[in-house]
Amino acid sequence: MAEKFTFSLDGQEITAEPGQSIMKAADAAGVYIPRLCDTEGLKPQGSCRVCVVKMNGRTVAACTQPARADAIVESETPEIMGYRRDLVRMLFHEGNHLCPICEASGRCELQAMAYRLGITQSTKYPYLQPVRPVDASHPDIVLDTNRCILCGRCIRASRDIDGKNVFEYVGRGVHKKVGVNGDSLADTDVSIDDRAINLETCPVGCIIQKGRGFFTPIGERQFDLAPIGSNGKGRKA
Amino acid sequence: MAKTRVIEIDPLTRVEGHGKVTIHLDENNNVDEARLHIVEFRGFERFILGRLYWEVPVIVQRLCGICPVSHHLAASKAMDMIVGADTLTPTAEKMRRLMHYGQIMQSNVLHFFHLSSPDLLFGFGDDVGKRNIFGVIQENPELAMKGIRMRKFGQQVIEATAGKRIHGTSAVPGGINKNLSIAERDKLLQDVDQMIVWAQEAENIARDYTHEHLPHVSKFAAFNSNHMSLVRGDGALDLYHGRLRAIDAGGNIIFDQVDYRDFNDYLMEEVRSWSYMKFPFIKRRGPLDGWYRVGPLSRMNTAGFIDTPLADEAHQAFRQLTNGLPNQMSLAYHWARMIEVLHCVEKIKSLLHDQDLQGEELLVRGERREEGIGVIEAPRGTLFHHYRVDENDQVTFCNLIVSTTNNNEAMNRAISRVAKEHLSGQPKITEPMLNQIEVVVRAYDPCLSCATHALGQMPLVVEVYDAEGTVVDRKSS
Repeated sequence: MAEKFTFSLDGQEITAEPGQSIMKAADAAGVYIPRLCDTEGLKPQGSCRVCVVKMNGRTVAACTQPARADAIVESETPEIMGYRRDLVRMLFHEGNHLCPICEASGRCELQAMAYRLGITQSTKYPYLQPVRPVDASHPDIVLDTNRCILCGRCIRASRDIDGKNVFEYVGRGVHKKVGVNGDSLADTDVSIDDRAINLETCPVGCIIQKGRGFFTPIGERQFDLAPIGSNGKGRKA
Repeated sequence: MAKTRVIEIDPLTRVEGHGKVTIHLDENNNVDEARLHIVEFRGFERFILGRLYWEVPVIVQRLCGICPVSHHLAASKAMDMIVGADTLTPTAEKMRRLMHYGQIMQSNVLHFFHLSSPDLLFGFGDDVGKRNIFGVIQENPELAMKGIRMRKFGQQVIEATAGKRIHGTSAVPGGINKNLSIAERDKLLQDVDQMIVWAQEAENIARDYTHEHLPHVSKFAAFNSNHMSLVRGDGALDLYHGRLRAIDAGGNIIFDQVDYRDFNDYLMEEVRSWSYMKFPFIKRRGPLDGWYRVGPLSRMNTAGFIDTPLADEAHQAFRQLTNGLPNQMSLAYHWARMIEVLHCVEKIKSLLHDQDLQGEELLVRGERREEGIGVIEAPRGTLFHHYRVDENDQVTFCNLIVSTTNNNEAMNRAISRVAKEHLSGQPKITEPMLNQIEVVVRAYDPCLSCATHALGQMPLVVEVYDAEGTVVDRKSS
């Protein structure tokens, strides 16, 4: 077994194994690096860039970048926090994220991340207000891509864990969206028991289980109890 | 060509929402007609389409920040029908009732103390700079503080039952998502007795005002109308659930014990080109004779009795004022509103001692339906929510008849009456004269944002038109 090594994360010495990402090493040390597209049990893809850090002066995604011995990594600096704030703000402007009426409110990682980053008001960016129909064709599951942030967690879960490939990216650029392998969800072999449908897989309210909205009282929702990242691992706070 | 004069009140202050009053003068400067225009965009009925039925109680309550609980509960009742929950568990029903009583209490108190008390305390024509809640705080700090603390208590009841003071999420199709913890109960119990004392004091103030100013109150925008509300099976006042009763100006029953799910068989709505707010009327009487009033005044007129002792005593005194006949005085809405506050606090106290609120059974389900109708007595009157939901659980139809809409014709008649009385033939229109119009609109406590289902900032304008249709005066404040 190759030898462990250390690197510096915001001045703290972090131990890592060869090949381990900066994020995994930081998680193991109890240091939280914000993230949205990465979650436990799925292969990282580095698409949301919220976990951006500077390694030896170069910006990289902490979820995909392997740690290096003696690397100097910056995470919670004003510059990096500014990048993260801008990235998360743009997600709000790109989709239709109406927290006051969304059943994911209180357990939504996007919302929780916005609070963590101090995003409390709208910005200079225009709201794109895309028109995206809701796919409620399945008896148990709804796909509301108005709230999608293209994290790809459902795609990876369906492909790598469920072995079904129910979800996939379709389109390019600003037209990119999550589609399903069929005309609608009802045409697919998706099941309520799939990992892709688990409420912890979708970080927002894009994939929801029918008829269970608002069952958790305000005050008892996941991020009412503890802010995102408070135990160093994000969602599992 | 006739001399042109323009009056505008912009905004009409101390009401919820954005509207405009236009006053039309004939060639002799006499008031021909006055209209209350609601000019906000009406949108919720449209953009709810395609959303999922369990989202509806949370979405539609965003119509309003003053009485969101009413919309939350009316929509929940409609969605109870959708999920086939014909009878809720005792915990769910009582939690919702508790929430509703807290809501009516805080809304009625807000209206009386914050919006209307300046008129009643200082007079309609007093210095405009003083006629507001800050003037009340300066002149009568103890009374103002009681009003503020009573409203706070109502909000605390809502917070304990709905999860938040404004726009909570606890009522879900088929029940409720939480019970009342012992800690929440005990916190409310600490203040409830004080609230009953203050509610009695407030009711006394409103009663005494009515008696002391009876010559004025009995004439100021007093006119005969039908009245409608929900009542309980035995005819008692019931603000959360019941059956529809309508009476005419003489107190005769037009219809009674009507299942509100059949409301479309009894009521219709008329559209007029100059307002986004519709004009409902009782079908069998037609638009000319079938318009009606709703809200506290109407509830006092339709209810046979009130099932809480202090409020019932006040109700009897209220009915005695008009010898048991329906009270038709617009300004009597204030007294009626305070009787309801007393009733709500009595109900809250009684519910807080009910152990069902700590029950664990919160939800029921039955046979799924495609149509849901929920009706509730909101602070301002009867509130109808009507939806259709397809097999995919998406809303395909939504119609909301809000309390203020039910009072549309009555408010128009009221301002017309006051305008004719106070503005006709006047060479100069003064602010106190126009405040008379605001006072009568305020008596109905209209929620103009609810009525048009709007979002945004909402002032009210008053305009005066001459016989040629030219705006001759406009008031804004």
